[in-house]
This record gives sequence, C-alpha cells and structure tokens, in this order.
Amino acid sequence: MTKASDYASVMARRPEIMLKSVGIDYSKFESGSIAFDYEKMMKETGYTLEEMQEIQYGVNVGRTPVLELKNLTALARKCAPEGKGARIFIKDEAANPSGSFKARRAANAVYHAKRLGYRGVIAATSGNYGAAVASQAAIAGLKCIIVQECYDSEGKGQPEIIEKARKCEALGAEVVQLTVGPELFYKFLLLLEETGYFNASLYTPFGIGGVETLGYEISTQFRERFGRDPDVVVCTQAGGGNLTGTARGLKKAGAKSKVIGASVDLSGLHMASDRDFNLKSFTTGHTGFGVPFSNWPDRSDVPRSAARPLRYMDRYVTITQGDVFYMTECLATLEGMEKGPAGNTSLAAAFALSQEYDRDALMVVQETEYTGAGKHVQPQLSFARSNGIDVHFGDPKDEVPGKNIVLPSHPSLIKATDVDLDHMRRSLIKTAMKTYGVADPVQKDIEFLAEETMKDADWVKQVIDELK
Amino acid sequence: MVKKGEWVRIHKNILEPEERAPQVPDDTKACPLEMWDKGFLTADAELGREAEIETVTGRHETGTLTETEPYYDHDFGRCIPELLEIDRQVREMVFGGEEK
Repeated sequence: MTKASDYASVMARRPEIMLKSVGIDYSKFESGSIAFDYEKMMKETGYTLEEMQEIQYGVNVGRTPVLELKNLTALARKCAPEGKGARIFIKDEAANPSGSFKARRAANAVYHAKRLGYRGVIAATSGNYGAAVASQAAIAGLKCIIVQECYDSEGKGQPEIIEKARKCEALGAEVVQLTVGPELFYKFLLLLEETGYFNASLYTPFGIGGVETLGYEISTQFRERFGRDPDVVVCTQAGGGNLTGTARGLKKAGAKSKVIGASVDLSGLHMASDRDFNLKSFTTGHTGFGVPFSNWPDRSDVPRSAARPLRYMDRYVTITQGDVFYMTECLATLEGMEKGPAGNTSLAAAFALSQEYDRDALMVVQETEYTGAGKHVQPQLSFARSNGIDVHFGDPKDEVPGKNIVLPSHPSLIKATDVDLDHMRRSLIKTAMKTYGVADPVQKDIEFLAEETMKDADWVKQVIDELK
Repeated sequence: MVKKGEWVRIHKNILEPEERAPQVPDDTKACPLEMWDKGFLTADAELGREAEIETVTGRHETGTLTETEPYYDHDFGRCIPELLEIDRQVREMVFGGEEK
C-alpha cells in the first residue's frame, strides 16, 4: 500500500522513520520530564575517543596541521593596546579529504551506517557536511543522497551552495536541490522512507563525538609544541556541533582552554524567507543558526541533539559579514593562503579577541575550510552586489544585514560583539518548560538545566521563579 | 529529442503553495516548494516535457526535463576593487613600517 505523501501525513510518520533510519531509541534516555541523560546517550550510542581516532585516521581524516599566522598577529598588534595581541593559530581542517572538519563527523556516521548494514546514507545539509558525507560514503562504497536548500523562487541559487552541490556530485552523491523552506525536512523523510538509508544526521552522538578528536588533537599539538594548551579556542558557531565536539575533546585531554563561539551577525534576516535567502552572504556560521540552536538544541532532525553548545561556551561573540570578508582577504595577502568563509568567521573574531590578551597568550581558530568558485570572497561580494547589497568601506558597526556590507576602513574597526549568554540560558530554560509542559521542574530537571546552561542549581531556580 | 541514457536535469514542484507548512513565512508560502535532481533518462524525452530519470543511487524520479549535460555556472565573480585596497592597506601596516 502506498503511504500518504502530503506534508502532515509524512511529518506524522517522523518518529518511526527516524527510529528506523538512525537506529537509536532515544526514549531510553528520557526521564519523562525536561531532563534526559545526555552523557549516557553519548556513551551508549557513540564511540570512545580512541575508537573514533582509529576510524578517522583509517580514512585519512584528522591529524591536520596547526599553522601560526605571524603576519596576522602582527596586524592585530598594530591595532591593540601596548603589550596586547595574542599569537593567532589556525587548525587547518581544510586538509581533510572533503575540505573541512565535517569529515570528522561524517567519518563516524558513515562508519556506523556501514557497520549496521545500511546500503546508503542521506544527509540534509547545504554545507560542508554534505561534501563530507559524500566523501566518506565514496570511501566506504555506500550510496549517498544530499538534500540541499539551494534556490529562491526565481531559481537563483546561492553560489556557495551550488559549489557544494558540484562537490557532492563530484564525490558520487545524488544531490536533491530544493527552494527555500523548512519543508526540506519533509522531502528528507520521504527519501529516508523510500530508500531505507541511514540518516547521517549532524546531531547524532557519532556526529558530535567525531569532533572530539579535533579538540583532543589541538591540546596534544599545543602541548608538544609549546608545553601547554592554548589559552583560547575560537569556534565558528552554527548548529553547535563544532563547538560541542571540540570542547568535549579538549575536556577529555584535560585542557582548560576558554572556548569562545563566534557567528556572523545576520540579525533581521529570516532564515525561511524566500526574499531574504539571497540577501545574505553567509550560508552557515551565522546567528540565524547559531542563536536558535544554542537557545534550543532540540530543534534538529533527531529527537535529542548531541550538540548542546550552551554547556560548553564560555563566551559567544558576533562579527559582521564585512569583517569576515576583510579578514579573508588579509589571510590571502598576508599569510599567502586562501580559505573559505566558515573558518574565517572565527578568524575575524580571533583577530579582535587577540587584542584583549597579552602577547604570550595562545589563541587558536579551530577550523579552516576549502575555498573555490562560489565560496570565495570575490564571488560572494560580486553576488551581494548583483543582489543590490551596498558594499562599501566604513565602520562595520553600521552594517545592516540584507542591506549593506561594510568592509572596515581600517582593521582596528573589527570588533567582536558579545552576545548576552545569560539571556540565552534563560531562553533555553523557558523553552524547556514550555516544550515539556512542566511548570514546576523537579530536582532532576533543575540539575539537568544547570548542566545545560553551565550554571548552578540556585541560578536555575531563580530563573524558574522569575518565569512563573 | 533527448535520448534515453543521457545525463539530464529535471524539475518539479513537490508542494504547491496551499500545501506548504504552516510555520513558513508569507513570502515563502506564496511559492511552491520546487525540486531539481539529475540522472540518466530512462526513455527518450523532449525538453520542457515530463521525463523520468534514474539517479546515481538508482532511484527513479519524474519531472520536467530542463537541461541536458547540465552546466555548473557558478564562478569567481567580477573583480571587487576594494579587495585590492585592503591588500595595500594591510601590507603597508605590517611590512611598511607604519607607526601606531
């Protein structure tokens, strides 16, 4: 019998499709209230750090170099107060087979899919993760489908996403491209149902656990080279997996480095809006994902996301589109290397943040990504101009996403703007109470919310009282 | 006429405006949810007409035949002169001996 394929019917079948395609019974970790056992989920359904290293190193993923950006550090010091300007490093994740750190997440997910006997994998992603899953599926001999949100209603595509489609196809995947809208998830469910493939979600324990090797490597590499861990690790923040996995890996190494999340400020642009789709110059690493996925991680394509950034983020800053483009150009002209936008988001933040630290401090930007046609500063700015975005020099604080891109007229104008983390933590608690219909959280919930927000139980209780 | 076995691209609407999700913003809701996919034609077909493909994963999809041997037309864009100005500015600052 053919199953109904209308939107409501397909969405209603979500739990059964998910269970079959991820192979995780999330109900095992639920308490029946707000709390669920996060660490148990990570432990029982994931892999140990050693196992993940073995999986990844076996498919040429990981062990990427750490590069020092001496000229960029010199530029930061020209803008900094006397004696300030931490040394800036990058972890060159573009050296992974698919050109980004996402290879780590995909290596684990694809390994797991193959071990469980799935014939293929599917991922809903317009970004580097698609290329990573395609790359790993190619190595494993599995079939692969990537579902992308790519075009607006006029059929105009985001150049960066079109490039990602090309790369996925080059690596042997089928790419299903859609226009703007959250119903991408609807097509994704239909494809999972039709093919019986594995859902290589970005948010499963294997996906997030896969990034732990990155944090662990950073600690190891810095200890070997400098005899100590980096003082600060800056992570581009979108769905939260990058930051969560890196921070967990650092903790497993025993590192006490500060973890700072950075996103491009796209406030004012609606992520599901057809009109706004091509007015932005960044398709990920921006506040449109970074803020909602921190405030409420369980909005992803699995019942409980393994990416829970507010548990690990010491600080969260935003940076403008103009800042990132400026820094991308600096990387080319001062360091002789071209890298893509995702890592350069945290690099632009690091450039500003380094000026707060003493010169002997070590600051590492934990990823780079590949660059190419469509996903490079020049086509991105060309595309913006062709869409009526006013690109000009000035003070980045005057940038209005969707209207203009202000390239800093001087690098000293690049500033990292702090996001109020307590506000986000309150929002998480509020959403948790609303989602689970719990007006009076029990002790177990309070302890859970304290872990979720990196706060103590008293703080959580106070917020709950305020919300009542 | 496009021959069976050729590598092509098809298009179809998978949700009409009235079928779209309730949470979608109004400007998006006014449009259908469209889909593109690529594969080998399973039978001779005409451009602009209904056709069926077999994708690289072996799935069959139908839709309007839009393109044969599809072209990747993304590129490196027009020159952005401001980038050259950034180059000059920061090289001067780092290597030109500018005093702070």
